[in-house]
Amino acid sequence: MTHIEKNSLPLVENVSRRGLLKGVVASGSLIVATTYLPKRAMAAWATGAGLMPHGTVSDPHVFVAIAKDGTVTIVAHRSEMGTGSKTSLPMVVADEMGADWSRCRVVQAPGDEVKYGNQDTDGSRSLRHFVQPMRQCGAAARLMLEMAAAERWGVDVSSVEAVDHAVVHRDSGRRLGFGDLAEAAAALPTPAPDKIRLKDTNSFRYIGTGSVPIVDLFGITTGTATYGADIRLPGMKYAVIARPPVLGAKVKSFDGSAALKVPGVEKVVEVQGWDWPAKFQPVGGVAVIARNTGVAIKGRDALKITWTDSPHAVYNSDSYREMLLENARKPGKTVRNDGDIDGAMKAAAKTITAEYYIPQSAHAPMEPPAATAWVHDGMCEVWAPVQSPGGTHDDLMKTLGLPYDKVKVNVTLLGGAFGRKSKCDFVLEAALLSKTLNAPVRVQWTREDDIQHDFYHAVAVERIEAALDANNKVIGWRHRNAAPSLFSTFMPDPKMQQPLEYSMGQVDLPFAIENIRCEVCEAPAHSRIGWFRSVRNVPNTFATQSFVAELAHATGRDPKDMLLELIGAPRIVDPRKTTVDLWNYGDPFETYPIDTGRLRGVVELVAEKAGWGRDLPAGHGMGIAVQRSFLSYIATVVEVAVDGKGNISVPRVDTAVDCGFHVNPERITSQIEGAAIMGLGIAKHCEITYKNGVVQQSNFNDYQVVRIDEAPRVTNVYIVPAGWDTPSSGVGEPGTPPFAPALCNAIFAATGKRIRNLPIGDQLAI
Amino acid sequence: MITLSVNGQQHSYDGDPSLPLLWFLRDEAGLPGTKYGCGEALCGACTVHLNGEAVRSCAVQVADAAGKNVVTIEGLDPHGNHPVQRAWRAVNVPQCGFCQAGQIMQAAALLATTPNPTDAQIHTAMAGNICRCGCYQRIESAIRTAATGV
Ligand code: FES
Ligand code: FES
Repeated sequence: MTHIEKNSLPLVENVSRRGLLKGVVASGSLIVATTYLPKRAMAAWATGAGLMPHGTVSDPHVFVAIAKDGTVTIVAHRSEMGTGSKTSLPMVVADEMGADWSRCRVVQAPGDEVKYGNQDTDGSRSLRHFVQPMRQCGAAARLMLEMAAAERWGVDVSSVEAVDHAVVHRDSGRRLGFGDLAEAAAALPTPAPDKIRLKDTNSFRYIGTGSVPIVDLFGITTGTATYGADIRLPGMKYAVIARPPVLGAKVKSFDGSAALKVPGVEKVVEVQGWDWPAKFQPVGGVAVIARNTGVAIKGRDALKITWTDSPHAVYNSDSYREMLLENARKPGKTVRNDGDIDGAMKAAAKTITAEYYIPQSAHAPMEPPAATAWVHDGMCEVWAPVQSPGGTHDDLMKTLGLPYDKVKVNVTLLGGAFGRKSKCDFVLEAALLSKTLNAPVRVQWTREDDIQHDFYHAVAVERIEAALDANNKVIGWRHRNAAPSLFSTFMPDPKMQQPLEYSMGQVDLPFAIENIRCEVCEAPAHSRIGWFRSVRNVPNTFATQSFVAELAHATGRDPKDMLLELIGAPRIVDPRKTTVDLWNYGDPFETYPIDTGRLRGVVELVAEKAGWGRDLPAGHGMGIAVQRSFLSYIATVVEVAVDGKGNISVPRVDTAVDCGFHVNPERITSQIEGAAIMGLGIAKHCEITYKNGVVQQSNFNDYQVVRIDEAPRVTNVYIVPAGWDTPSSGVGEPGTPPFAPALCNAIFAATGKRIRNLPIGDQLAI
Repeated sequence: MITLSVNGQQHSYDGDPSLPLLWFLRDEAGLPGTKYGCGEALCGACTVHLNGEAVRSCAVQVADAAGKNVVTIEGLDPHGNHPVQRAWRAVNVPQCGFCQAGQIMQAAALLATTPNPTDAQIHTAMAGNICRCGCYQRIESAIRTAATGV
């Protein structure tokens, strides 16, 4: 904890403590919680946070500062992209330390993982990995304030208590505000872990109430919140870049003379590109520098560029799809094998097969990538909306050849991200240009750039075959997929799904079926692939949960009953023995097993709340789907209405969420509402296609997303109550996967038409 | 030289008169509250009021605003307390917040002409404003809240 003389905010600093805590992580402990475990936290859970770069830090000297007037400043070290973690994690600290939230302020940390611990804001990990460290941080801060007060009064620390922004001596009623204690508390060393006691969870003032609005609410509604493109530095240049239309191509030659004639254009320069695969390094191109962004865009339109050839020019979505289908019809590499699938297929009274297609898509966050950089005097400072402040810091060091302390990554608000802004190519472009031009530079991606040069959500064919016995019991399940791997962005293309990918919805199948085989089939990558909200759970869940409803139809059963029958009795499903490298979202299986009791729980809860089986108007139908993703259990019922022309609308969505111990139910609800809308977009519209390696879509006219007039009319969210004994799991991502299959199951119920190929587009048009 | 009024202040621009108003506001006038989302009048993120009417500033040339009054999100209310802004906060509309300046400007223009909009009127007026985070349910509810007073 730092003591602040004035109300203005020096960043909290304490190098020696940081070193100490870093040691905890560097000692190779997977489980930070056990090495730094307050007494009352004996029920706390182990996480994989220690395996992330720089692990976790929970030192109040790093995260908390108190001014003399009592203002408590808390550092948010994760990026804010709309999930609310910039509010929720500091609120955990405040609640645990006994602070009054109205007297707290939150500052965003720059990228500095040595100091703050891991900052990769993705994988639905912020609460999951940091709710414990932040509780410990708040509890340690509270103890330091109590120790300072006890010392002042000459009483035992056990006789004082921090409540409502002050420390009170129980016997005498004496009271000292946090501001009065700031200096003395900040001078204390961080208490040893075994001295810290967490609060009783029933004494929380903010956690679990949903009563705290996001800290940027006023700024957002008044246009004063700062996003990636909102930084203006003296002498700053504005840049847009023309990038190679085909992955792997480079600038062969260019003619900038016409661009330079556009009034306001100042320069045309080449931007360095890296050979593919290049992780997040820029693809290169030609930049137009101008007095403002609008002029730069006009200048870019006048560029004449010749590009080199690329082997990825072979990418044509139509023929690629045929190839994926062909590959998925042949045996692939077995990645899970339970029992004897071939025997089950032979013994089956009936087999049922379905093939599903889920297209490539783009993240299209409302804020296209944009970053400002200033490289000067052997230093680099950037302002950018990045999900990866630490990774961006590292990549800037490597790209510019600068030491750790000569790079500063200031993190702005992110205008949506969904995985796109984990990749800092746009920041590196700004830094490279700033170095070349010897001036501050802001690089703005246009929407066209964003849609045509994304790190995409990969296309997939999913093929599932089931073997049924004479009693219609499912005795065999074979699931093959053919989808290019995101690892092709990092290494020579492995040409098929990898453990991290197939563990999201394929091999983690939680069904009580004796014979299961999962196979991955060949699919070379021809575009930059990244991770998009819920990643492979989207195509895998679309296939598995559509297929369950298909089985229900084929055997004359209710889809919800069929789903529960396949899930089977409450138990722990452990596919690790029969799977090649099951990935459990980077967290220990023991903390986060596959618990079919919880899976059933959300199915039953949502079915009851949605009124499963109730009478519906003509043309309406209901569909259900469930998925455990990012370690949370989420089930969705969609009610659809299909009119006489085949137009669909969604009068109602119900979603049940079991995400363990949670902090801000109001933000969980907003994430799930948004996930339904994103899920509807995936189902109805979103598709990126290629011709000769070039993306065919360019803006929101041909890459459509959901608008208000087609959004679900009502989305009801039910959060399963959970105490501190149920580990927190993800919320940002897992709302997305069940939506599309629940919708398509509802469409089938309403019309008898089975959608196996996304997007729905005009497939239902009559 | 083009002169125009933005949030009650006179500004001028000596560059290409065909520059989209959006870039004048953001990069020249230093008013970054108005956002860029598409540049093609497809998303509504750049919505401002031009002589009281909601327009897409990416599709209006700075010359078209000459002599006119532009109001941006920064100028909607001196204290940020326009009924629509208050309703947005009461309903906790935003997620990432990036689209919200445009949404608020569009909603304020709607309510100025249609104080008690029907659902269909809300949909028609707001269909040009994309929220990729998916706050539509709350946007609709906040518009109703603003219409009925907060
Ligand atoms: S930026 Fe103007 S409508 Fe999208
Ligand atoms: S709140 Fe993120 S785009 Fe609307």
